[in-house]
Amino acid sequence: MSTTSETRDPVVGEALHAALAAGERPPRPSALSACLTFGWRGMLKIKHVPEQLIDVSLTPVLFLLMFTYLFGGAVAGSTDEYLQYFLPGVLVQSVLFTSVYSGVSLNTDVTKGVVDRFRSLPLWRPAPLVGAVVGDSVRYVIAATVVIVLGLIMGFEAAGGLGGILASVALIVVFSFGLSWVFTVVGLLMRAPNAVMNTGFMALFPLVFLSNIFVEPETLPGWLEWFVGVNPISHLVSASRGFMQGNVDGTDVAIALGTSAALTAVFAPLTVRLYRNRG
Amino acid sequence: MSSQDTLAIEASGLVKAFGDTRAVDGVDLAVPRGAVYGVLGPNGAGKTTTIRMLATLLRPDAGSARVLGRDIVSEADAVRGLVSLTGQLASVDEDLTGRENLILLGRLLGYSRPRSKERAEELLEAFGLADATNRQVKNYSGGMRRRLDLAASIVVTPELMFLDEPTTGLDPRSRNQVWDIIRALVDQGTTVLLCTQYLDEADQLAERIAVIDHGRVIAEGTPGELKASVGQGTLHVRVLDPEQRAEAEQVLARALDAPVHLESDPAALSVPVDDSERASDAVTELFAAGVGVANFSLGLPSLDEVFLALTGHTAEDQTTDDDGTKMEEHAA
Repeated sequence: MSTTSETRDPVVGEALHAALAAGERPPRPSALSACLTFGWRGMLKIKHVPEQLIDVSLTPVLFLLMFTYLFGGAVAGSTDEYLQYFLPGVLVQSVLFTSVYSGVSLNTDVTKGVVDRFRSLPLWRPAPLVGAVVGDSVRYVIAATVVIVLGLIMGFEAAGGLGGILASVALIVVFSFGLSWVFTVVGLLMRAPNAVMNTGFMALFPLVFLSNIFVEPETLPGWLEWFVGVNPISHLVSASRGFMQGNVDGTDVAIALGTSAALTAVFAPLTVRLYRNRG
Repeated sequence: MSSQDTLAIEASGLVKAFGDTRAVDGVDLAVPRGAVYGVLGPNGAGKTTTIRMLATLLRPDAGSARVLGRDIVSEADAVRGLVSLTGQLASVDEDLTGRENLILLGRLLGYSRPRSKERAEELLEAFGLADATNRQVKNYSGGMRRRLDLAASIVVTPELMFLDEPTTGLDPRSRNQVWDIIRALVDQGTTVLLCTQYLDEADQLAERIAVIDHGRVIAEGTPGELKASVGQGTLHVRVLDPEQRAEAEQVLARALDAPVHLESDPAALSVPVDDSERASDAVTELFAAGVGVANFSLGLPSLDEVFLALTGHTAEDQTTDDDGTKMEEHAA
C-alpha cells in the first residue's frame, strides 16, 4: 500500500476546523431522490466489483452453449431448433439467478456495518432497500443483453422482432424485481453473504429446472407435468417465448405479473419490517 | 433553565435484553451539552447496546430517553436529524472510494450534487485523505478508514455525536489523530458521547464519565471525582534493589497501616494513603531503615484502580471473560 498519505501530517488543523464549522443543514431529500441515490450506489458497485456481474453473465453463457450443442440434437432434433426453444428460457434463468444478489449485497451491508450508517440517517426508511432493488434491475438488463446477443449470434430468430425481445426482457425484469424481495428477506435472516447465496441458489435450482425452460412439459410424467404447469416460472417463460415469437398468450403475462405483485406485496413489507426492527 | 435546554442526553431506566442476557439493565444518564462525556466499561458491559438505543437503532425494552430534547422512540426521526454515529465497525462502503462514500452521504443528507462533491473534497482535505480520494476504501489502512468514517459522520456537523470505541485497534499515531478530531468537534460546539474501554482515553478526553458494568451505571462523575472517591491517592515507591522490596513492604505497611500492593515490576510497590504528610513520614522511615529508594511519587489513583475499587475486578479481567456477551452485542 502507498504510504504517501501517512507520512505527512494527516489531520490539518485549520482545514479541519473550517470543515466542521460549515454549519449548514440542508433540507432532507425526498423519498425518490434517496432511492435514486441508492440506485447510483448500485451502479458504482457494478463499476468497482465487476466480478459479480461476470459471474452472473458467464453462467448463462455456459448454459446456453452447452445445452444447445450437447442436448439440442437429442431433445429437439437439431441444435438450431432447440436454440429457438431454449433461448427465452435461459434468459429467464440467468436473470432470476441474478436476483439472489439483492439479498447477498444487503447481507454484506449488514455484516459490514454500513446499514447502521444508513439507518441512523433521517431518511425515508425503505429507501436503501428500494433503491438497491431498483439498481439491481440494471444488472438484470446487462445479464439479459449478454444472453440475447449471444443467442442472436448463434442463430436465434425472433419473429416478434426487437419489440418482442424488449417486451420479454421487461417482463422478466419485473418478475425478478418481485422475486428479489424474497432474497432480501433471506439476506436479513442469514448470518453471512455466502449463506444467502447458497440458500438462494438451492431454492431456485429446483424451481428453474422443474419448469419448461429446458424441455417441453408434454414429455414429462404426469405428476411432474402438473408441477411444471403450476410453476409461475413456466408461465414467465411461456410469456417470454410468446413475446419473442410474436404469439404471446395474455394469461401467461398476467400470471407472471400477478406473481411478481404478490411476491412484492408479501416480501417487500416483510423486508422493511425486518430491516427496521433489527438490532 | 429547564433541563431540556442544558442536557444533551437524559436517559432513565433504559433496559435491553437479548434472550436471557440483560445487556442493558436500567441505565440512567444525564449528559450535559458541549463536552465529551465518557462511557467507560469493559467489553460486554452494555456500552454498545446503550449507544445503539440512544442513536435510535435499537428500541429499548423499558425506560425512556430524550436526546437533545427529543424522545428516542416517538421522535426518532427528529433525533436522527441531529445526531450521527460512528460505530465499532467502520460504517463506510469498502467497495467505493473515499470520495464516493462522502458524496453518497452528502446526497442522502440533502445536499445538491455539486455541493456534495464540494463537501466531499473539503472533508477529504481536512481529514488528511486527499491523496486517497479515488482509492477504494478496502485498500485504506485502519487509521485512514477510521478518519473517513469520522468524516462521514460530520458531512453535516451533528449537534451530538456518538462514538463507539473509535480508537480500538488503531496505532498510537492514528489514535492521537482521532483524539484531535474529537477535540476539534467539541470546540465547534458538538457534544460527544464517547464509549471506550480505555481508561486513559476517557481520562484524556472526557469532562464527565459514567462507569458501566453488567448493564448498569456503577459510578458517575468527573475523572477527578471518580479518582477521589477511591481514596486520597496512592504512594508509589521503587526500591533500588528488588531484594529489599519485602523489607520496604513491611516498613510501609507499619507506617501507613494500609495494604501494600506489589506491582508486577519487581522493584515497585504502591500503598493507598489518605494523608500526604503520613506518606512523607513513611518515606522517611524507609530511608531510616536503610532501604535504597530509586524514586517515589504521590499521585491520584489511576482509573484502573478506580475500576478495581468499584467493581472488584479490573477492566482487563473481564475482557476475556465476557467474550460471549460481546459477541451477542455485535450480533444484535
